[in-house]
Amino acid sequence: MNYASIIAKKEIRGYITSPAAYIVLVIFLLLAGWFFANPLFLNNQADMRGLFSLIPIIYLFFIPAITMGLLAKERNSGTIELLTTLPIKDSDIIMGKFWASLLLIGIGLLFTLIHVLTIVILGKNIDYGSIFCGYLGLILLGGVYSAIGVFSSSVTSNQIVAFIISFFIVFLLFILQYSLLFIPGFLTGIFQYLSVSYHFSNISRGVIDTRNIIYFLSLIVVFLKLSQFALSSRKWK
Amino acid sequence: MIQLQNLSKDFGTLRAVDSINFDINEGEILGFLGPNGAGKTTTLRMISCFLDPTAGNIHIGKYNVREHSLQIRKMIGYLPEHNPLYTEMTVYDYLQFIAEIREITNFKKRLKEVLEQCGLHGVIHKPINILSKGYKQRVGFAQAILHDPKILLLDEPTSGLDPNQIVEIRKLIKELGKEKTLLISSHILQEVQAVCDRIVIINEGRIVADGSTEELKSSFQNKTRLELELNASEKELKQMTDKLKNISINSITPKEDKYNLTELEYDSIADRRVDIYNYIKAKKWTLLEMHRVNVSLEAVFRNLTIEGGE
Repeated sequence: MNYASIIAKKEIRGYITSPAAYIVLVIFLLLAGWFFANPLFLNNQADMRGLFSLIPIIYLFFIPAITMGLLAKERNSGTIELLTTLPIKDSDIIMGKFWASLLLIGIGLLFTLIHVLTIVILGKNIDYGSIFCGYLGLILLGGVYSAIGVFSSSVTSNQIVAFIISFFIVFLLFILQYSLLFIPGFLTGIFQYLSVSYHFSNISRGVIDTRNIIYFLSLIVVFLKLSQFALSSRKWK
Repeated sequence: MIQLQNLSKDFGTLRAVDSINFDINEGEILGFLGPNGAGKTTTLRMISCFLDPTAGNIHIGKYNVREHSLQIRKMIGYLPEHNPLYTEMTVYDYLQFIAEIREITNFKKRLKEVLEQCGLHGVIHKPINILSKGYKQRVGFAQAILHDPKILLLDEPTSGLDPNQIVEIRKLIKELGKEKTLLISSHILQEVQAVCDRIVIINEGRIVADGSTEELKSSFQNKTRLELELNASEKELKQMTDKLKNISINSITPKEDKYNLTELEYDSIADRRVDIYNYIKAKKWTLLEMHRVNVSLEAVFRNLTIEGGE
C-alpha cells in the first residue's frame, strides 16, 4: 500500500473514533440543509444554486475545524517524533493528512446529494451539467482549503491557533472578490484573479475553464509544499 | 556498527551537542549516561533522523544519516523520550499501523511473537489511553521491535515507572540485548550498571568518559577505603597508622561504648588488610567489622559531571 494512503487511513480512523468529527459534520449538513430548503420554498424554484453559493461560506468554518488537529495534535502530543522517524517521507505524511481531510469533505458532500434528489423529484428540465460542475468546484475548493488547513496545522502545536490561522487565510482568499470596490483600479484584475470566490463562481456556473482549474490546483500544490517545508524545518531549526 | 563522527548540534546559539565521537560495536549494549540537559536526547534524535546534525555525521553500516535517512530509519527501532503513542487507538490498531508503514510481511505471526515478548496479550484490544504507564511503555517497546531491527535506540526507557515495572523492563532490555545492538540513554546509574556492557558519559554536550563499567570504576579506584568498627581510641588508632605507615585516617565516628567507626585510606597497589588485622590482634582490640568501601559509579558520575566536585 502507498504510504500516504496508510497515513490517510489512520486519520480517517481518527475521525471515525472521535465525536468532534461527527459534530462538525452534522453541523455542516444541518446548515447546508437549512440553506437549501429555505430559498427552495421562498423562491418556488428547484435549483442548487443557493446551496452552491452557501457551502463555500460553511467551508470557512468547517474545513479549518477538521484540519486543525492533523499535525498540531501530533506536535502537541509528541507523536510527530514517532511518525517522522518511521521510514516514510515527510511528503507522504503531508499527502496522507491532506487526503484524509478531502475524503471527509467528500463524505459531507455525498450527504448533500439528497438535495439533488429532491430537485430531481420536484423540478423539470434539470441542468445536470451545472450540478456536476458545482460539485467539481466544491471539491476543488475543499482541496484548496484543506491544503491551507494542513499548512496552518503544520506551523503550530496549538489546535486553536491552527484554526485561527487557516480561518484567516481562507477568509482572506474568500473576501478578496467582495473587496474589489475598495481597491485601486489597476489592482482589481490581480485581486480578482487571486480570489477563490471568482474562480469558484466561474466553475459553479457551469464553465469549466483550464484557468480556474489551474488556479485551484496550483494553490493546493503551493500550500502542501509549504506544509512539507514547515514539517521538515524541525530538522535544522 | 554505529559511528558518530564530530557530531554537533546547535539550537540557535546554544550548542547542545559539541563534536562528539564514539563507536558502537555490533551486539553491544551501550549506556549513554548524563545529567538532564546534557545532550543525550538530541544525540539520539540525530541517530533516529528526527534532527539533522549541524556538523559531523553518523554512519550506520554503509549508510549515513545525511544521505540515506530512509534506509537508516528502516534499520532502527526507536523508543523516543516520554514514549509518545496514539493513545486513542487500540494496541492492535496501533501496531497494525506501524506494521503497514514498516511493510512487515506476515503481521499476524510477528505480532504474536512481539506480544509474547512484551507481555501484552491481555490488553491487545484495549485503547492505549486506558493502559497503565508500565503497559504503555511495553506498547512503546512493541512498536520499536516490531520490524525486528538490528539496532534499538531507547531514550530513558524506565523513567516514571515503579520499581516492579523497572525490573520487568530491564529484563526485557537484557533479553533484547542478546541479539541486537542497543543504545540506552539514562540519567540513572544503577540502570546502566545493571544492563550495559559499556558506558559513555556525556556532560554539557561533550563526552567526559567512555569505557566498560569496570574500567570506569577502576580508574577512580587508585585509593582503597577501609571501614572498621573497633574499640580503640583516636589516640590508639593514630599510633597504629604511624606504625604501619602509608595509611591515613579519613574519619573517626564515635559509637556506643568505646567503639569507633573509622575510615582508613591507602594506595590500592598493596593490600594492607593483613597488616591492619595483625596489629589489631596483637593489641587485643575487639573488631566488630572491617570492609572495603566500594567506589560506586555514582561517585564517578558526580566527579565527571559536576565541576569542582569532590
